[in-house]
Amino acid sequence: MKRSSLFPYVIWMTLFIVVPMFLVLYYAFTVPTDTGATWSLENFHRFFEPIYLRVLGRSLRLAVISTVICFVIGYPAAMVMAGNAFSRKNVILLLFVVPMWMNFLLRTYAWLTLLERNGVINVLLTSLRLPRLNILYTESAVVLGMVYNFLPFMVLPIYSVLSKIDKGVIEAAGDLGANSFRVFTKVVFPLSLPGVVSGVTMVFMPALTTFVISRLLGGGQFTLIGNLIEQQFLVVGDWGFGSAISVVMIVLILLSMAIMSFFEGEEKSVALW
Amino acid sequence: MSEIIVDLKSVSKVYDETVALDGINLYIRKNEFVTLLGPSGCGKTTTLRLIGGFEQPTEGKILFEGKDISTLPPYKRRVNTVFQRYALFSHLDVFENIAFGLRIKKLSEKVIQEKVGKMLEQVNLTGFEKRDVNSLSGGQQQRVAIARALVNEPEVLLLDEPLAALDLKLRREMQHELKSMQKQLGITFVFVTHDQEEALSMSDTVVVMKDGRIQQIGTPVDIYNEPTNSFVADFIGESNIVDGIMRKDFLVDFGGSSFDCVDKGFGADEPVDVVIRPEDLVLIPAENAKLTGTVSSVTFLGVHYEMLVEADDGISWLVHSTLMEPVGTRVGLGLEPMDIHIMRKVSAG
Amino acid sequence: MVRFLKRSYIYLVFAFLYMPIAVLMVYSFNDSRSRGVWGGFTLRWYVELFQDRTIMSSLYSTMFIGVTSAIIATIIGTLAAIGIHNSRGIQKRLIMNITYLPVLNPEIVTAISLMILFVFANVRLGYLTLLLAHITFNIPYVILSVLPKLRQLNKHLYEAALDLGSTPVQALWKVIIPEIMPGIITGLLLAFTLSIDDFVISFFTTGSGVSTLSITIYSMARRGINPKINALSTIMFTFVLLLLIVVNVRQAREEKKGRNGRHGSKKQIRSFDAKFGDA
Ligand SMILES: Nc1ncnc2c1ncn2[C@@H]1O[C@H](COP(=O)(O)OP(=O)(O)O)[C@@H](O)[C@H]1O
Ligand SMILES: [Mg+2]
Repeated sequence: MKRSSLFPYVIWMTLFIVVPMFLVLYYAFTVPTDTGATWSLENFHRFFEPIYLRVLGRSLRLAVISTVICFVIGYPAAMVMAGNAFSRKNVILLLFVVPMWMNFLLRTYAWLTLLERNGVINVLLTSLRLPRLNILYTESAVVLGMVYNFLPFMVLPIYSVLSKIDKGVIEAAGDLGANSFRVFTKVVFPLSLPGVVSGVTMVFMPALTTFVISRLLGGGQFTLIGNLIEQQFLVVGDWGFGSAISVVMIVLILLSMAIMSFFEGEEKSVALW
Repeated sequence: MSEIIVDLKSVSKVYDETVALDGINLYIRKNEFVTLLGPSGCGKTTTLRLIGGFEQPTEGKILFEGKDISTLPPYKRRVNTVFQRYALFSHLDVFENIAFGLRIKKLSEKVIQEKVGKMLEQVNLTGFEKRDVNSLSGGQQQRVAIARALVNEPEVLLLDEPLAALDLKLRREMQHELKSMQKQLGITFVFVTHDQEEALSMSDTVVVMKDGRIQQIGTPVDIYNEPTNSFVADFIGESNIVDGIMRKDFLVDFGGSSFDCVDKGFGADEPVDVVIRPEDLVLIPAENAKLTGTVSSVTFLGVHYEMLVEADDGISWLVHSTLMEPVGTRVGLGLEPMDIHIMRKVSAG
Repeated sequence: MVRFLKRSYIYLVFAFLYMPIAVLMVYSFNDSRSRGVWGGFTLRWYVELFQDRTIMSSLYSTMFIGVTSAIIATIIGTLAAIGIHNSRGIQKRLIMNITYLPVLNPEIVTAISLMILFVFANVRLGYLTLLLAHITFNIPYVILSVLPKLRQLNKHLYEAALDLGSTPVQALWKVIIPEIMPGIITGLLLAFTLSIDDFVISFFTTGSGVSTLSITIYSMARRGINPKINALSTIMFTFVLLLLIVVNVRQAREEKKGRNGRHGSKKQIRSFDAKFGDA
C-alpha cells in the first residue's frame, strides 16, 4: 500500500524529467537529414567557433565576477549576522529573505528605473552636482543585476554554517583586533568552508545560466550562454545546437560542482545524477 | 491450568542477514503475565512483533486459540500493543487517542464516551481529556498508551519495554499499577524488558532469551533458583560462575577440591559451569574450609556487606554477608550442597 | 563601536536590497511618466492596471495555474514522499536523485527539455503544457517539504494505527496524513509561490495567447519602463508579504505547540534554497 503510492510520481517523473533529458541528448548528438536524423558531433563542433566561444567566455567571466562580489559583500554580512551585533536574529534573517520573494523579473526591472538616464540615481547625482552614472545596458549593469538577485544565496548558507559555530569565536574573529585575523584564518574560515562552497555554487550556477538579467539590463547587447540557448529555441529554431549548448552547460556545472565538492572535502557531496 | 491462548511453534525470523529468532517454541496461557527477558538484540521485540502481526515468521507457525494466524494482518488480531516509545497520535488529544480504536470500529458516540471515560478513570487521567498529548509527562503518555490499547478489550496485551523511559521511582509505581491492572482485567500480558528485577517481580512466567533462542522458561522462583545455564544465572543475578568438572553424579570438582552436590545426569568428567550465589557463601575460619582466600575489598550495601575474596588459585569469590572481615584477613568459605548449581557449558551458537 | 560598524554594514546591505523595491513602490504613485521627477500623488497607474486586458488575463492565468499546479503537485508529491520514505536501497537513491534533478538543473535546461517534449509529442503549447510544466517543477519541492516531517514521525505510528484496527488505507488517512499535515501545507504554499514566481519555464512552455504575469512583465519590461508595472509590483510585493506573514505566524504557532522544535528560521532558508533556480 505505502509503496504503491510512489506510482503516480514515478510515471510523472519518467515522462516529464527523464524522457525530456534523453530528448535533449538526442537532439544534441544528431543532425537532421532528408530521411530523419543521424548521429553526429556537428552541433558541438559549431560551439567551438570563435563567436560562440566568446559568448561562453563572457558568461564565465561575468558569473565569476558576480560570484566574487557576492562573496566579498556577503561573507562579512553573514559573519555579522551570526555574531552578537543583533539581538533579534530571526528578524534580521527574515528581512534578508523577504526581497527574494518578490518576483524575480520585478526585482530586475526595478534596476531599470534606478539606472535609467533620467532615473532616480542620476536625478540624485545631478542634484548633488556629481557626474552622472551611465551604466545601464553595459556589462556593469548585468553584474549589478546578478549581485542584487543572488546575494542572499551567498549569505544564507554561510550564515547557517557560521551560526553553528560558537559565537564567542566569531566575535573574536570580527573584533578588528590584533589576534582576530588569526582567529579568522585559523578557525572561523575553515569551519565555514562548506557554507562558502554552497554559497558560491548557488550564485555561480544561476549567474552562468541566466538570460533574463542580461536581456533586461544588458539590453540584449551582451549575449550570454543563456541568451544563446533561448535564441536557438525561440528565434532560430535550431534545437540541435540549442541542446548541444545546454549539454555543454550541464557539463560545466557538473565540473564546477565536482571542483566545489573537492574543496568541501567529504562533508556532503550533492548526489546529482 | 487455564487454556493456551498464544502458541509459537518452531518460529524463526530471519532479516536479510540476521537471524533474529531461531526456532522459538513458546506457549502463553490465558490471564498469564509473561515476561520476555534478555539482553538487547536477543529477539524480544521481534517475538512481540510476530504476535502483534507486524512481522511474519520466516518459518514456523503462530496459533491463536488454536487457529493459525501467522499471516493475519494486525488489524484482524485480537491483540493490542503498547509501543516502546508510546507512538501516540500527536494530532489528536488524549480523549481521541484513546477513542481511536473504538471509532475505527464505528461504535456509537455514547458507548465511546462511556468506555473512554472509564478507561481514563482506570489510568488516573480523568480531566485530561482535551489535553495535547505532547504536553503530558512521560508517565502520563505511558498511561494514555496503555489506555488506548486496553479500551479495545484485547485478549492479549503486548508491551515492549513500556517502562524503559521512566525514572526509577515512577517505574516502580507503574510496575505495581500494571500488575494490578492485569489481575483486575484478566487480560494476558506479554511484557518485554531487559531488566531482570522487573521481570522477576512482575511476572507469572519469565522467558529468558539470548541470541534468538529461548534459554529458559519458568516461574521467577524457578529461574532464580534453578537457572538452566550460566547465562541465565549470570543474567538473573550476580553470581559466581567458575569452571568445574563433574566427577560423577552428586560430585563436582572446582576451586581445587571436590564437593558434594545435588545434580546428576552429566557425563563422567564432563566440564561444567558451577554457579554459586554470593549470598550462599558463608565466612568460616580458614582452618577447616575447602575454599580459602584473602579478603581484598569490602563494601557496605545497606543491608549486607559485599566482599571479594581472592583465592590462591586466582578465582575471586563474590560474597554477600551480614558479617564482615577486614581487608587482608584470611578467611574460609563454606557452602551447602544445595547451593551448588551445576550447569552444562553453553554451547557456542 | 565595532558593534555599531557591524550594524551599519548590515543596514547598508539592507538598503541595497530594499531600495529598488521601495523606489518601485513609491513611483507607482507618481503622476509623471518620467521616473526622475515627482509629479504628485496619483492612483492612475492602478486604475490603468486593472483596465489592462492583457495584464488581467495573465493574472487570471497565473492564479489558475498556481492553484491547480500546487494542488496536483501536493497530492502527487505527498504520496511520493510517503513511498520514498518507505523504500530502501537502490530504489530510494535512484528516485531521490531524479527528484533532485529539476532542483539542481539550471531552469533553462528544464525549460527547453520540456518544450522539446511537448513539441515532440505534438501537444499544443498553451494552458495544458504550462500546467504540466509547473506541476513537474513543483513536485520535488513538495517532496522535500514533506520528507522531513515523515522522518520526524515516530516510526511505530503507522503500526499503532493498524494495531488499533485500521486498515492500511485508514491508517494513512487517519494518522499519517494528519500527522504530516504541516509539511504538506508548507509544500503547498511553497509550490504555489514558486509557480506564480516562475518565469523561465513558463516562457518556454507556453504558446500563443496564454501568458502568465511573469511573461507579461517580461515583454513589457523589454519595451522599456511602464508605470503600470510599478503598480503591479506594489500589489504583488504586498501580496507575497502577506503570504509570508501567514506562513510565519503558522510556523510560530506550531512551534508553540511544540511539534517541530525551533526550526522556523532554518525552514525559511530551506524553502528559500529551494527558490534558487530563479534565473
Ligand atoms: N527490521 C530489521 N531488519 C534487520 N534486522 C533486524 C530488524 N529488526 C531486528 N533486527 C535484528 O534482529 C535481532 C533481534 O532484534 P530485536 O528483536 O529488536 O531485539 P530486542 O528487542 O531483544 O533488543 C537484532 O540482531 C536486530 O539487529
Ligand atoms: Mg527491543
